[in-house]
Amino acid sequence: MAAVINAANNGIVGKLERELPDLAFHQQLTVDEIPTLWVSRNDLLALLKYLKSSCHFEMLFDLAGVDERQRVNRPGSAADFTVVYHLMSFSANTDIRIKVALGQADCQLPSCISVWPNANWYEREAWDMFGIVFTGHPNLCRILLPPTWQGHALRKDHPARATEMEPFKMTDERQDREQEALRFKPEDWGMKRKNEHTEFMFLNLGPNHPSVHGVFRIVLQLDGEVVVDAVPEIGYHHRGAEKMAERQTWHTYIPYTDRIDYLGGVMNNLPYVMAIEKMAGIEVPDRAKVIRIMLAELFRISSHLVFYGTYAQDVGQMSPVFYMFADRERLFGIIEAITGGRMHPAWFRIGGVAQDLPNGWEKLVSDFVERMPARMDHFDKMAMQNSILKQRSVGIGTYTTAEALDWGITGPGLRATGMDFDLRRDRPYGGYDQFDFEVPVFQNGDIYDRARVRIEEIRQSLRIIKQCMENMPAGPYKSDHRLTTPPPKERTMHDIETLIHHFLNVSWGPVIPAGECSVTIEATKGANMYYLTSDGGTMSYRTRIRTPSFPHLQQIPLISRGLLIADLIAIIASIDFVMADVDR
Amino acid sequence: MPDSVFIYVIIFGTLFGSIGGAAVLVWFERRLLGFWQDRLGPNRVGPFGIGLAFADIIKLFTKEDWVPPFADKFVFIFAPTAIMMAMLLGFAVVPYGPGLYVVDLNIALLFFLGMTSLAVYSVLLGGLASRNKFALLGGLRSAAQMVSYEVFMGLSLMGVVMLSGSFSLVDIVNAQQDVWFVFSQFLGFLVFTIAGIAESHRLPFDLPEAEHELVAGFHTEYSGMKFGMFMVGEYLGVILISSMIATIFFGGWLGPDFLPPIFWFGLKSFLLVCFFVLLRAAIPRPRYDQLMSFGWKIMLPLTLVNLMVTGAVVLWWGY
Repeated sequence: MAAVINAANNGIVGKLERELPDLAFHQQLTVDEIPTLWVSRNDLLALLKYLKSSCHFEMLFDLAGVDERQRVNRPGSAADFTVVYHLMSFSANTDIRIKVALGQADCQLPSCISVWPNANWYEREAWDMFGIVFTGHPNLCRILLPPTWQGHALRKDHPARATEMEPFKMTDERQDREQEALRFKPEDWGMKRKNEHTEFMFLNLGPNHPSVHGVFRIVLQLDGEVVVDAVPEIGYHHRGAEKMAERQTWHTYIPYTDRIDYLGGVMNNLPYVMAIEKMAGIEVPDRAKVIRIMLAELFRISSHLVFYGTYAQDVGQMSPVFYMFADRERLFGIIEAITGGRMHPAWFRIGGVAQDLPNGWEKLVSDFVERMPARMDHFDKMAMQNSILKQRSVGIGTYTTAEALDWGITGPGLRATGMDFDLRRDRPYGGYDQFDFEVPVFQNGDIYDRARVRIEEIRQSLRIIKQCMENMPAGPYKSDHRLTTPPPKERTMHDIETLIHHFLNVSWGPVIPAGECSVTIEATKGANMYYLTSDGGTMSYRTRIRTPSFPHLQQIPLISRGLLIADLIAIIASIDFVMADVDR
Repeated sequence: MPDSVFIYVIIFGTLFGSIGGAAVLVWFERRLLGFWQDRLGPNRVGPFGIGLAFADIIKLFTKEDWVPPFADKFVFIFAPTAIMMAMLLGFAVVPYGPGLYVVDLNIALLFFLGMTSLAVYSVLLGGLASRNKFALLGGLRSAAQMVSYEVFMGLSLMGVVMLSGSFSLVDIVNAQQDVWFVFSQFLGFLVFTIAGIAESHRLPFDLPEAEHELVAGFHTEYSGMKFGMFMVGEYLGVILISSMIATIFFGGWLGPDFLPPIFWFGLKSFLLVCFFVLLRAAIPRPRYDQLMSFGWKIMLPLTLVNLMVTGAVVLWWGY
């Protein structure tokens, strides 16, 4: 496998050397073997354009900053700040990472919105978090932090704990100031207040509204009930997950990942622990792999059931959600029996899982797997075949595959446009290559097809779970690598070396060798990536969490222009996001 | 019992019966929805949770009576009273049994239509006076929806009027001795029922308040008993429309003799109320423009066809 990737890498690097002889770049070796090139910012835009047009890198998968100033094991070219562009090619099924080094005094580089429109929010985020200026950006303002925030939160010199700051006080004046800062000014977004025919109404949908699925604000420019334009506003759910990762040990950060996509449960742990395992060279036993896949697929079903119910509810059908939540409750019963938790079990560990499966788990899982197909048929009759629901969702909120790639859409939203791509099948991770399942694909890219993809995925997940159940390997549930599992307690009492190891592992937590590694998985809502940088310490130097929901929200205005408010609500439902996944 | 006392008994019976019925209906609907949705519904206060009706009333009455500072105060307070008044007045013409009615107007049907039309004002004024964008959108939607559905609602009843030869509801009931109008006027029944749901803006026609789009639509800014009056008005509307359908199409109080006529009337109305609740449980909400085109492109032609066929039949065979 590694050899195959290496060959592909050499392919793209070799191609760049041949075709762009003037390009000066320097290659960095990373643990994940994604070709990582350092270029100067003057060459950046031309290179990105070339990669998109001539090398099939269709998607700007991620764009993020790194503050390198306190890093000991710095890669060769690094200066004070780094901007990382992670590009993804679907046709060649490969990735590339472009890095640009910036000095603190001159922290700016050209915006790449002209190449990929979804760079807009990513660049705003990099500015918000690191103070990196993107020249040519139409509206470079804060996106996750409040507009009145001082400083750039992910810089290493910005405080990470409340105790490092003045106590927070919300005085009346401050409240007024904060509220005034949130007032929507159409001119900032290049919107007109009226045209020759009509005066537009600006409607503030959210951050507290029944159908925005959390604290999400979308400001609508309305002509009657027709949406002329929309501006999604995020950041109300921002908790600084990436910052927190820099002060938790590798191990104690696992529970935080659960709360990123809070419907995905342990599925969030998976890319995080896999990235650490790769960096530390930990081999996960087979049983742990299969347990992980089974749990991840159970959570996929749970998340899709929530989608299914709320989707029907958002088009005005009252009952289905109760049926789907009842089945989700049964599913949580299984998860509770296995992990002890329900929505946030934090159950995966570096090198395996927290415990072995409990006695009698087969019965619970097989009852559920046997029961669900009939229930799914029932739901189908109740919701998906309903003619009013079809009228509300067929042919509405459509986008093409090309648009989806431009805007960074992954997961079911991409497969609904006819793109046959699923990371589980096309870049198998964690043992998915051992399973037999299909990737549901639909063609129209509308609300209805996005729902159908997820519904079919529930059936496929049931298949995978059934295979896990029937072929559960015996053996340990956790690797006995020294970084993951403390030595046996009995021996610590006889042997000073073992005692020290035990003590260090439990008090400090594991020390992960310096390096960089990213792992991308097919999460419930799309491609979820954890890009970890270790500086050879007990804590992560930088944890970049690329979540699928973030770009999905950015694209709402594109597909809702010219439709009615009711359509917008259906579109929002069909995207299936959770705000914690957007804001982190 | 002297007539003068009897009429007071009926008036107060109607008033308290309908308002009490509306309060109990809130509980009943939630229980029934729970039953249909695989869950229990409210079952804690009193036997079967029926105390919920009273708990709700106490809660609504003891809440702060608040008018937002930006609202148009007079209209804001007037709007919820209008819907209750209109709906209660509508009950004046409903015959519960032979001789058992507040008044037998010779234009009872028109009076009923007039009263339900007045209810539109309530929604509209409530939406406007709130000075809230969601409420305004809700008010706009309701104006368009209710005014359009008003048209078919009236027209759909004209077939019945032709067959019975009267606008009086008592005459209409008596004209159904042999066969209920639901059979001879099936199209009329269909259109009237759909328009009736739209009039009482219940799901799937709850666009004025569509909570997923407009938060709570026209009553977004309302709270306490003023909100309660909108609520009661809506449930009164459900009972009124159900009893009207029972009266006009299902023979009102007519039924086998072993039980009193008022029982038959009550039973028919009750089953229709259940039907209203079932609709809410089962059907999604169409989009606003789909609802309007459904009204004008399907309902209106259907009504006109019904009217012309009935007219032709009446002319030909001379009913």
